[in-house]
Amino acid sequence: MKRKFITLGRIIHAGFLSFIRNASLAIAAMAVMVVTLTIVLFSIIANATFSNTIAQITDKIDVSVFLKDEVNEAQAQKLVSELKKQPNIASVTYLDKEDALAAYAKQNAGNQSLLTAATVSGNPIPATIRVKPKDLNKIEDVRTFLTTKENAALQTEGSPSYSGERKKAIDNITHATNILRRVGVIAVVVFAVISALIIFNTIQMAIFNRRDEIQIERLLGAGTWFIRGPFVVESILYGVLSAILSLLLINSVFVAASSALQASSLGLLDISYANRYFDQHFWVLLLMQIFVGMLIGAASSVIATQRYLKFKTK
Amino acid sequence: MILLDRVTKTYLKGGTPSLDRISLHVEPREFVIVVGQSGAGKTTLLRLLTREERPSSGKIIIGGVDYDKLRDKDIPLLRRKIGTVFQDFKLLPNKTVFENVAFALEIVGMGKREIQHTVPRVLDIVNLKGKERAMPMQLSGGERQRVAIARAIVRQPKILIADEPTGNLDPKHAWDVIKILEKINRYGTTVLLTTHNMEIVQRLKRRVVTIEHGRIASDRANATRPTGAINSSAHNNQVYRRSS
Repeated sequence: MKRKFITLGRIIHAGFLSFIRNASLAIAAMAVMVVTLTIVLFSIIANATFSNTIAQITDKIDVSVFLKDEVNEAQAQKLVSELKKQPNIASVTYLDKEDALAAYAKQNAGNQSLLTAATVSGNPIPATIRVKPKDLNKIEDVRTFLTTKENAALQTEGSPSYSGERKKAIDNITHATNILRRVGVIAVVVFAVISALIIFNTIQMAIFNRRDEIQIERLLGAGTWFIRGPFVVESILYGVLSAILSLLLINSVFVAASSALQASSLGLLDISYANRYFDQHFWVLLLMQIFVGMLIGAASSVIATQRYLKFKTK
Repeated sequence: MILLDRVTKTYLKGGTPSLDRISLHVEPREFVIVVGQSGAGKTTLLRLLTREERPSSGKIIIGGVDYDKLRDKDIPLLRRKIGTVFQDFKLLPNKTVFENVAFALEIVGMGKREIQHTVPRVLDIVNLKGKERAMPMQLSGGERQRVAIARAIVRQPKILIADEPTGNLDPKHAWDVIKILEKINRYGTTVLLTTHNMEIVQRLKRRVVTIEHGRIASDRANATRPTGAINSSAHNNQVYRRSS
């Protein structure tokens, strides 16, 4: 048991020594790894930001159901409770004529002539039900429910209304954001695979350069993990340091170019949210990056050493 | 200690065998010189003994280990029992003299203190005291070969295999190396030495096995010394029957 600990200590020590002695290789391998991890990290933050943007847009969208003046309270409440039973409904708010007028007054606080017109003619604002959908893409379900003959009879002309007729614009934004998300995920997977292959090749080249050493150690009776261990330790070190560097890189991009990013996103994305997300999840992201870096490094070195550690079978 | 029974090694299917039904028995503490021209099969023989190669047919038993029953994971353990000196030294280029010799002990998990006690003593035996911190590149051919010998003997193996250890050396250094091998043999290690240096063969006066075209052409006691030179085939059969 004691010998095993001594050997483990030696493997770790040899890995560190090798890391220091092969500085040029370390820089090459780490450069590739930093790029990979930065892409992964960027994708995570971008995904969170897109999700947040969609959530914000969804939150702003509601369907307004304007009820005819002759609809009584009981009929209105019945419609509200039926709406609540529908799938894809986040919330249903009922405003009677007075509440609706107050909301209208609040919304148009700056336009005195509109307000005067609304009050002088004796509250022309209809009682309103505001419906927020959970998923924007399924808003048609709500529309279908509201336009049934029975329900349509309760509503004024032009009801239901989609957030002041901005639905098309909102749809377009949502569609674009969804496409960006999908493209982002595909790009990340492709980049991650390519980068992993480059890292693998870099480590394999390093091991190829030292194949004579491996073979000498093998001839002297060194066990598989005694030889492989230091390479794995070295590659894990690449992973850990690359993870930290990658996080620092993203952090400095936020610090230096946050406002430029916000401007370039044409107001579609909330870059300050991305910044907040990064700050709030810093430790989780760091641990995840280290884990991914270690995994790529360790797997590459285990696979790359395999061919030089085999014994002849014929 | 070393037993080969009708061992054949063919590298290319259908090609001429590098070793052709070789039978050889080496007793414990024996010093055997294997001679033969380049390409005769000397190195192949040693590579089979260190399990760098597998025989195409035949049986090899070393120190009680039957190679047919040897699993891959046990090969490192076997190699730890055999000291090997290579013609091209095979020193680790990024390690100092001390580290190269210590490496053989680190493999078996020996503690740091014990290593620091053992390595200088072995370097003293091969006359390399004071060179501990030198890198292999800074040493002469003879010195490098002595580092390789120190590394091979530091674990006190029962068997030492030396493949042309004097091949790259001038006569003076070559003889220094041979004297060290003799010294190790006196301590009780079985030595198997390959060479094509006939002067060494004449001066050593030990059992000489000559290989020609992959076959044992002669096996004779070139000796006044009682090292137990044996007629290989007759003795092999006897011993092999006993061991099987």
